[in-house]
Amino acid sequence: MATAVVTSFPSPAPVVSGIHQPVAELQRVSKRFAAQTALSDLSLALHPGEIVALLGPNGAGKSTAVRCLLGLTPPTSGTARIFGQDPRDPATRTRIGAMLQVGAAPEMLTPREHLQLFRSYYPNPMPLAELARIAGLQSFLDRRFGTLSGGQKQRTLFALALAGDPDVLFLDEPTVGMDIEARRSLWAAIRALAGRGKTILLTTHYLEEADALASRIVVLAKGRVLREGTPAEIKSSSTGRTIRCRTSLTLADLEALPAVALVQQTGTHATLTTPQPERLLRELLVRDPQLSELEVLPPALEDAFLALTADSAAVN
Amino acid sequence: MATVPVIVPARATAPQAPLFFNEIRCELRKLTRRRTFSLATIGFPVMFYLLFGVTNRHAVEGSFHIAKYLLGGYACFGVVGAALFGIGVGLATERAAGWLDLKRSSPMPPAAYLVAKCATAVLFGLVICTILMAIGVTLAGVHLTVSEGARLLAYTAAGAIPFAAMGLLLALLVPASATPGVINLIYLPMSFCSGLWMPLEALPHWLQRIAPALPTYHLAQIMLGSFGYTQPGSAFSHWMALLGFTLVMLGICWLVFQRAEQRG
Repeated sequence: MATAVVTSFPSPAPVVSGIHQPVAELQRVSKRFAAQTALSDLSLALHPGEIVALLGPNGAGKSTAVRCLLGLTPPTSGTARIFGQDPRDPATRTRIGAMLQVGAAPEMLTPREHLQLFRSYYPNPMPLAELARIAGLQSFLDRRFGTLSGGQKQRTLFALALAGDPDVLFLDEPTVGMDIEARRSLWAAIRALAGRGKTILLTTHYLEEADALASRIVVLAKGRVLREGTPAEIKSSSTGRTIRCRTSLTLADLEALPAVALVQQTGTHATLTTPQPERLLRELLVRDPQLSELEVLPPALEDAFLALTADSAAVN
Repeated sequence: MATVPVIVPARATAPQAPLFFNEIRCELRKLTRRRTFSLATIGFPVMFYLLFGVTNRHAVEGSFHIAKYLLGGYACFGVVGAALFGIGVGLATERAAGWLDLKRSSPMPPAAYLVAKCATAVLFGLVICTILMAIGVTLAGVHLTVSEGARLLAYTAAGAIPFAAMGLLLALLVPASATPGVINLIYLPMSFCSGLWMPLEALPHWLQRIAPALPTYHLAQIMLGSFGYTQPGSAFSHWMALLGFTLVMLGICWLVFQRAEQRG
């Protein structure tokens, strides 16, 4: 029986040209839409069995990168390759699973019907019972899609991505609209898939999600790679602090302060994010002698990430 | 128990027959379960035929038995509506919601999607035509030979295709929220001007002149040809007109799709 267990592991990509062939890659991809540049000279490679998180704020180009990899959007320049092949090739697509940001799936069909249909697109689909178990659909398998909650819909779309038992999975904002519990159970499912040798690319704007799942994080801003590394490296590379205070300074005054990455003002309270808290504090106290209710907070994960991307915005 | 790992020969693609069958079945379920769609698409031609066909059971105009003429007219009206709304609205909605992108990123052959949509329009057309024939024979005093009935059904099925192509184009051009309105704006005047609701001879002269420019006119002439109720002009020329119309629609679809893909 041991052999059966071994063979049930999907083998990684057949090695064609040396052991370093990436599962999926973007080679110097640029994508320009009429007025804006979504991706600029982006290179990215996924290696067998890793979970890579593309992290960035809205508009960073995460979805465009995924769409290029899936062959849905042709790059303006550069190439997208999956297992060294054109992603539009039907044979290549049988090895890919995708979860996109879908506004609505046909509402009149049940998750079971959707899954049966998608399973029929693939030569070696995953059994329905297993899909339902992995994505946790058992309790609503026969309810119409239109009657499901947001989280249940996301889980159904996740199961659709797995229908073909793919070797590589693209998950575009997989946990959007999910509550914390549902999010954690999806994370567990994603980890289990990586444990079975799947290569996974997910996009997210939550650093927490990237941190919880990824073996490698690629921070994207304005279509470029800002930073790349393990979650620990990404977190430690940001030494920012969040400063909260009550101040009479105006928003314009605050934004003009040195080393400020991000300012949020609600009434007389201001929240400032900065990579250099000491420098900012010195200046802040000089400018506003009446300043009160001062707090200096360690980098919350989200804030650290914000500081990182805001920093680049300031630099550009 | 073998200890050597069994290497299963990998198939490159899924078997096509079950795939197409599944796609058609799902498409059919989507539409039949959407009550508003089935009620409107089947209900309107049936209601109109009950109102105008059955009440005209004894009316004769020239050599036309009006109830029989309207059977052909409303069968045409029904299948055109099923094709335009089923495909136009369905595809526009799925495209706008991003569902089509998910399908495109899967190994589904694009043909399966289109064939399923067409097949559904054909089936809806056949259901409408069958109901109308039943009403015609039982309530409207229509004498229908088996051969006439069979030809009417066959032409209904074939007639779904050009209008499926037109629905496809409308779905690609018109924003999803506007598709039903735009389709109605085209569908209703076009049906009227092609003599689907009353014999062309009863329409003003200038309307009779422009009718041959409309695809519905040619389909109506083919369908009414089952009963010998035609205007001058050979059946062949009507088939060619529909074929040409279909190719033009598909050609423009292809261009629009290429442009959208480049922008996309």
